[in-house]
Amino acid sequence: MTDSSKLITGRPGFDGAAISIRGAKKRFGQFEALKGLDLEVRQGEFFALLGPNGAGKTTLISLLSGLARPDAGELSILGFDVARDYRQARRSVGVVPQELVFDPFFTVRETLRLQSGYFGMRPDPKWIDALLENLKLEDKADSNMRSLSGGMKRRVLVAQALVHRPSVLILDEPTAGVDVELRQTLWKFIRHLNEEGLTILLTTHYLEEAQALCNRVAMMKGGQIIALDTTQNLLAHHTRPSLTLSVGQGKVLPEQLMQRATQLPAGRFRLGLESFAEVEQILGACRASGLHIEDLEVGQADLEEVFVRIMADTPK
Amino acid sequence: MRGFVTLFGKEVLRFWKVSFQTLLAPLVSTLLYLLVFAQVLDSHAEIYPGVSYREFLIPGLAMMAMLQNAFSNTSSSLIQSKLTGNIVFILLPPLSPFEIFSAYVLAAMVRGFAVGGCVWLASLVFFPHIPAHPFELLLFALLGNALAAVLGLIAGIWSEKFDQLAAFQNFLIVPLTFLAGVFYSIHSLPPLWRTISRFNPFLYMIDGFRFGFFGVSDIPPLESMLIVGGCAFALSCLSLSLLSRGWRLRH
Repeated sequence: MTDSSKLITGRPGFDGAAISIRGAKKRFGQFEALKGLDLEVRQGEFFALLGPNGAGKTTLISLLSGLARPDAGELSILGFDVARDYRQARRSVGVVPQELVFDPFFTVRETLRLQSGYFGMRPDPKWIDALLENLKLEDKADSNMRSLSGGMKRRVLVAQALVHRPSVLILDEPTAGVDVELRQTLWKFIRHLNEEGLTILLTTHYLEEAQALCNRVAMMKGGQIIALDTTQNLLAHHTRPSLTLSVGQGKVLPEQLMQRATQLPAGRFRLGLESFAEVEQILGACRASGLHIEDLEVGQADLEEVFVRIMADTPK
Repeated sequence: MRGFVTLFGKEVLRFWKVSFQTLLAPLVSTLLYLLVFAQVLDSHAEIYPGVSYREFLIPGLAMMAMLQNAFSNTSSSLIQSKLTGNIVFILLPPLSPFEIFSAYVLAAMVRGFAVGGCVWLASLVFFPHIPAHPFELLLFALLGNALAAVLGLIAGIWSEKFDQLAAFQNFLIVPLTFLAGVFYSIHSLPPLWRTISRFNPFLYMIDGFRFGFFGVSDIPPLESMLIVGGCAFALSCLSLSLLSRGWRLRH
């Protein structure tokens, strides 16, 4: 991995939030996309913003990046107000848009050189080469954007967002429609940049990605934040491990276990666990009733389960 | 400053990469106008003393080509970026409204001048001549190109689909240029149409430009200069205000 430690700029002497949003409201006609939202992302965080379609994630990103203007509220990047100090705010942030957009007139390298220039920077061939290498685009550097596959275009968008060396990177569903290998390449690089100090705000529908990468998670619904905590706490507070038992077609668990079990197809039952110590008791109870256990599986809770539960518990 | 220079360079590169369509095609069509009209109508009486109809046509056609191409450059670049979504590459960076404005407008003027210059050079082959007032000629070319480029910028910002832009072009720009005395002197018009023509700012560009060529015009050149300059200034203020507000660009 190319050393990029000296390539990410920050705001020297500033120890406030990387992203600060207070009372952000946005309406599109009759539709209230954001209803007075507050959120703070600290410097160096890998932060996930999750929510169903229409929750307001992309609207929030548009407000942060200046693509849309809030009806009310204050938004800042590294302390720079996105409206008042728009130049510094925009220089501090790189945005990977959700839509697969590109300029068909240019090659990959031209695209990156232009993008550095728009940010007022002399194109830095070393940094551009490092981006191309880390995103596995070296072979395509001189190809026209039109000739690239969807996944490659997506990687160019990531390179474009990083070419001016922002301190904050916002990724709006960067892995939608991207194959596994590419996703891994992308995450390896992004994780490395995060370790180097880059703050990352990610929206994704792949919750396993958010769980694996992000230290903190906000969940949105209907233009509001309905859950905000560290990934660990969310997992600990909202889910329990579970035990799935296969006892054979037509058989049932002992009565005291049946009450708390969920029946699954093919003679399988799932039991929620308060702690792993319970596994021993459950197996003991099955043995005592002469039940033959064909298979068992201890499941760890995941963010998807938390997400589904929180979304279901929150009225529209 | 670098942001502006980059955007300007990109806009020039954009039309240069498709120069068959953006430079050569307008050159060919303008020369066809010149050949056909000059051939058919050369028996037409002299419009100004000592200026044949074919000579009269050259500055008008050159200016018309410049105006249409300067307009096309800003408007088509913006509408394409808006429709394909790559306008975000311009909206995300810290470019000021003035940087965006000047980069788009100047690049369009470069295209206007390139087309106009080629038309003039090509016309030298058929009808050798030396402009009477090169300074006024350049000034009117500059103002005309700027005005058309700014109009294109406004049209590009306003349009949300190609159809709207085509309407702007076909129902406003084309009639205004055709009815601006490219093919005739307004003195040859009936009084009512002459009065109506006076409200067309394109008339003053073409008439002033023609003054640069022949040293004669229908309207005093200073008056034309003030009107064209005033219109260009007012439209520039309007487009800067649209860009500052992010109208139809930042939602």
